[in-house]
Amino acid sequence: MNSFEYARPTTLEQAIGLLSPTDGDAAALAGGTDLLSLMKDFLVEPKRLVSLMGIEQLGTISVGKDGLKIGATVTLDGLLQSGALNQWGAKWPALWHAAAGIKSPQLRAMGTVGGELLQRPRCWYFRRGHGLLAQDAKGGSLVEQGDHRYHAIFDNAGPAKFVHPSSLAPALIACDATAEIASPRGMRTVKVSELYRTPTKAGERETTLASDELLTAVTLPRPLPKSATYEVRPRQGLDWPLVAASVAFELDGGGKVTNARIVLGHVAPTPWIAADAKSLIGKGIDDAAIAAIAAAVAKAATPLKGNAYKVDLAQVAIRRAFAAALKGN
Amino acid sequence: MADLAWPNPDDCTLIGKRVPRLDGPDKCAGRAKYTYDINRPRMLWAKFATCPFGRARVKSIDIAPAETMAGVVAVEVIAGAGTECKVAFQEVAVVAAESEEIAREAARRIKIEWEPLEHNVVDDDVAMAGNKAKAGKEALTEDFAAAIDGAAVISETEVGCSIITHCCLEPHGSVVEVTEVDGKTSVMAWCSSQAVSGVGGEFAQAAGVDAANVHVSCQHMGGGFGSKFGADLWGALAARLSKKTGRPVKVMLERDMELALAGSRPSAFARMRVGVEDDGAIIAWESAAWGSGGNGGGMGAPSLPYVFGNVEHKKTQTTPIFTNTGGARAWRAPNHPQMCLLTMAALSDAAAELGMDELEFVKKNLGLTGRADVYAEELGIAAELIDWKKKWMPRGDQRGVLRRGLGLAMHTWGGGPHDSNVQCTLHPDGGVEIRCGTQDLGVGARTTIGIVAAETFGIPLNKVTVLIGDNRYPASGGSGGSTTVGAISTATRHACVQALNKLCEAVAPEMNAAAEALVAKDGMVRGKESTAGGVPFADACRRIGTQPIVTMGQTQRGNGMSDQGVGGVQMAEVEVDCETGIVTMQKLVAVQDCGRIIDLLTTESQVRGAMIMGVCAALYEERIMDPVTGTLLNPDLEFYKLAGIADVGELVVHMMQTPDHLKRGVIGIGEPPAISPMAAISNAVANAIGARVKRCPMTPDRVLAAMKA
Amino acid sequence: MSQTDRPQDASSVSRRGFLRGMSASALAAGALAPAAQALAATVGANAGPGATTSAKAAATVFGPAPIAVNLTINGKTRELRLEPRVTLLDALRNHLDLTGAKKVCDRATCGACTVLLDGKAVYSCTVLAVEAQGKAIETVEGLAEANNGAAPIQKCFVANDAQQCGFCTPGFVMACESVRRRNPHANREQALAELGGNLCRCGTYHGVANAVLDAIHGTTGGK
Repeated sequence: MNSFEYARPTTLEQAIGLLSPTDGDAAALAGGTDLLSLMKDFLVEPKRLVSLMGIEQLGTISVGKDGLKIGATVTLDGLLQSGALNQWGAKWPALWHAAAGIKSPQLRAMGTVGGELLQRPRCWYFRRGHGLLAQDAKGGSLVEQGDHRYHAIFDNAGPAKFVHPSSLAPALIACDATAEIASPRGMRTVKVSELYRTPTKAGERETTLASDELLTAVTLPRPLPKSATYEVRPRQGLDWPLVAASVAFELDGGGKVTNARIVLGHVAPTPWIAADAKSLIGKGIDDAAIAAIAAAVAKAATPLKGNAYKVDLAQVAIRRAFAAALKGN
Repeated sequence: MADLAWPNPDDCTLIGKRVPRLDGPDKCAGRAKYTYDINRPRMLWAKFATCPFGRARVKSIDIAPAETMAGVVAVEVIAGAGTECKVAFQEVAVVAAESEEIAREAARRIKIEWEPLEHNVVDDDVAMAGNKAKAGKEALTEDFAAAIDGAAVISETEVGCSIITHCCLEPHGSVVEVTEVDGKTSVMAWCSSQAVSGVGGEFAQAAGVDAANVHVSCQHMGGGFGSKFGADLWGALAARLSKKTGRPVKVMLERDMELALAGSRPSAFARMRVGVEDDGAIIAWESAAWGSGGNGGGMGAPSLPYVFGNVEHKKTQTTPIFTNTGGARAWRAPNHPQMCLLTMAALSDAAAELGMDELEFVKKNLGLTGRADVYAEELGIAAELIDWKKKWMPRGDQRGVLRRGLGLAMHTWGGGPHDSNVQCTLHPDGGVEIRCGTQDLGVGARTTIGIVAAETFGIPLNKVTVLIGDNRYPASGGSGGSTTVGAISTATRHACVQALNKLCEAVAPEMNAAAEALVAKDGMVRGKESTAGGVPFADACRRIGTQPIVTMGQTQRGNGMSDQGVGGVQMAEVEVDCETGIVTMQKLVAVQDCGRIIDLLTTESQVRGAMIMGVCAALYEERIMDPVTGTLLNPDLEFYKLAGIADVGELVVHMMQTPDHLKRGVIGIGEPPAISPMAAISNAVANAIGARVKRCPMTPDRVLAAMKA
Repeated sequence: MSQTDRPQDASSVSRRGFLRGMSASALAAGALAPAAQALAATVGANAGPGATTSAKAAATVFGPAPIAVNLTINGKTRELRLEPRVTLLDALRNHLDLTGAKKVCDRATCGACTVLLDGKAVYSCTVLAVEAQGKAIETVEGLAEANNGAAPIQKCFVANDAQQCGFCTPGFVMACESVRRRNPHANREQALAELGGNLCRCGTYHGVANAVLDAIHGTTGGK
């Protein structure tokens, strides 16, 4: 990694001040679990690092009228240990499963919620220095021509073939969470789903954050009664899921669905929101309905030559997430 | 006095027992110093600029941006303009700098213009590899065609395994300090090496001195597995840079170079046909095998069938494929795990084709092996340990989402000793010092020597000082091929028995006994027939005068001291999630013949370790090359996947230690148990899902593909 | 294509870190006033010769030259001069000769560099030394020294032969120590689940599992 200046402000305003004058060559440091690796590989070369870890307000969890607010630098361990995911007698199993699915206690102790949401893709072409879109000199996709066993099966018609690596994002989106963003213009709030985009040309990134914006917190509204995340992860310990599914839904007194969300992870350049979930509304949830919705979601997949297996896995993940949500564990 | 022969097992207090390793406390407390841990005053760090393509020519190289950086002391071009690099991560230039951070940054700043050239990284498809695949000659027994055509059943199998790397956790590297005093140059080299007695010459040549002026030390090393026999270019560069700068230089590979260049195991794939009679007797074997040993050539299955080599009618052919990938190095039992996979998979498929229990099938054909009796006994023990009879179900009979399967494999290895010298120094105060130029890769070599010395002198293990890992100690062979334990244990016994006998002669007159009638036991020197009394060992040693007794021992072969030739059986139980394709290890049983064991604890550890490495190769790890750029796509531990602690299931080890086994003497154990796991697990998966997964590692995509086929 | 010109994301956007950077032009000057006032208090003790003041942000930044870094390691304060880019692992290994924690992947994956930071296991390869200031750092050496050469977990590692080459061992020892402290009643499954952040190549998992359970339950472990 290159050398850099370092500062550790104690307020958000200070952080903004410290990040601003270096014209894009500054980076905010939270847990560092991704940023430092990117810097070691010279994929990110900031001239200044501004640590957010000294800013107390970013590291707190609080309950407000809008719901449960989780500061951007709350660690994954802090989230799991806080008991916060047990507010109002309700839980967010989908989020719990996703956070606990990061099977390294070391990473959970270091990694933060904000960092987890904004970590860069693990695409091995990107990580080997070929850029986020991994294009050759003629604009061809290295991913498409090369080894794409872990790459996108949805939303991959454009140049972006990577998958978004966040474990928390699909769960937060399924839980209808919002993100709080600070900038010199003040604060704004968006849906977590709106943090992400699929880049369409070189230079675009996978997030919608403007260059002067900082993610400061996410807020979980009261949860839908049933939710779960299921990850297809080959190893028991630290390992990237091949596919993950977060689901959340609500049933009326008659057992009919009144609201449902399905969000897939590791299948597209963004957390992949399955629009078909709406078709569940008004129906009962049984094995057949679950299998049908899983199949309907999978049908829209456009796998590359070497990753069609992920389409099968996506169906399995959806089915198992629904089953886990119904079981309530 | 004592005979050279190993003592009676019943009389042993240490040999054959579970003895914790001598260096365990230092390793667990972080006190053990590895090459990577050597920090010297004024030491420089060296880092590399490397090739990003599978094959490319250096068009131009500009080292000025690195040279002019503050803190950079030396920059050396390794592959100058015009040089063709044949593998990704090949060294192009090296920077020596005041700190690790500066060295890395400076290496990165070196400007290299490349002309990418056509490369081949395809090792699994002969047609796609084109002219990089060189078909070998077909070997054919006379009436093969008639024999296989006459078989009652012909089963067909296609299976293989990817290239894996050694992935030593301590990367390859050295710290070298070249000093010049009064015109005399000497070299101190700390080197993570499996051949401490042998690598001095490489440093000598690089530093321009003769080997007598090179001191090599390796007190602890973070794995080798067959990949660390030489000092390599990296050690030579450390010596050159140290000589050039007059400062110590540390060259340790970064993880990416370690995985790309520092050793790999060739891939092997094959299409096979096995002709069998109705009763299960194998009458004909046909195989066409291919694979790649990287840019050094070769492939992983030069000789088939494995273990069952005495099949009467055979037709075999191999096609090595040249790939622009890091070259193969000896990897725990070179080629055996691959040959075992191909053979045992084909046999398992033949049994399934016949509707026969795989265990019965191999038993039926033990006559085709070289060690039928050994295998028969081991198969029986292993079957009991895994409860084969109760758990085995015919292939493909299961219907649920989670399916269990059993599989087995068998292997063979030599394990005879290399040449080793051991010096024993018996001090007049009773101190015992053993010196040997061997090294401890983590297998317990240090402890083995200590146990043999302590047992021979009848003293506690902590009274023996074991000095190894230094080329100034008596030369010992490189640690590879399971050759070390037989060598160092017998040479230590040889040295210590001589010293003991001299001690007995010295103390005999005062004890009013014949030297021949004295033994050393329980910390005493006493009459052979006594069970108590005598002279404490240290007191006895005072009788030897002011000069210590110094003896030299050498490797002892045969005569019950050491032997070679072992067989082993492993059985695996897996659970396959048929929806996700994820295979979960339930249990792996190893039954292993290895002669007389010195330390049962470290032996069992080594066997379990080999089994776990097999689990990694069966389910998780492989080198993934990019067909487009020719680079290594997973030069990290994130996607170069090793099994974690919860992935390996229950591991059961049964060491064959009957009197018949013990009387053969000591035999090496490093390689044999590493051979069978991949094959046994492949067969267990086939048993569970009713289909052969065509390639190891059996990742979810491959398992699902096999089920769809 | 030259190595230095490889096609990374060309835009400045892509060159930002993980939580984001800011652009100068977008910043309203007014927003800075409170920040500048508040800053004076934050710089404090570490403002040494390496510290400079950025006029625009009115904030003190350190480096990139070496700066004073105070680390509390195994109960003792160690004063170092380090570039801000030096990781905690490199500070320990290269500047303090505390080489127990090992460098293996150097990318927060394998666990060989595990130390305890305020009692929690972390990957020291991916923590900046400057960020570890004010926190209690425990290393494998300290664990041994505080316990007369070997803490119970270390004794259990030896007794259960939970090491072969030993290169992953210090990291596993610290990860196991963390499990023992956090869950003093962990059963086998729970203990193994908490060791998912460490890897071994020699295959010592059987011994490690027995060692951690031995340390937790005071049994003699497996054979």
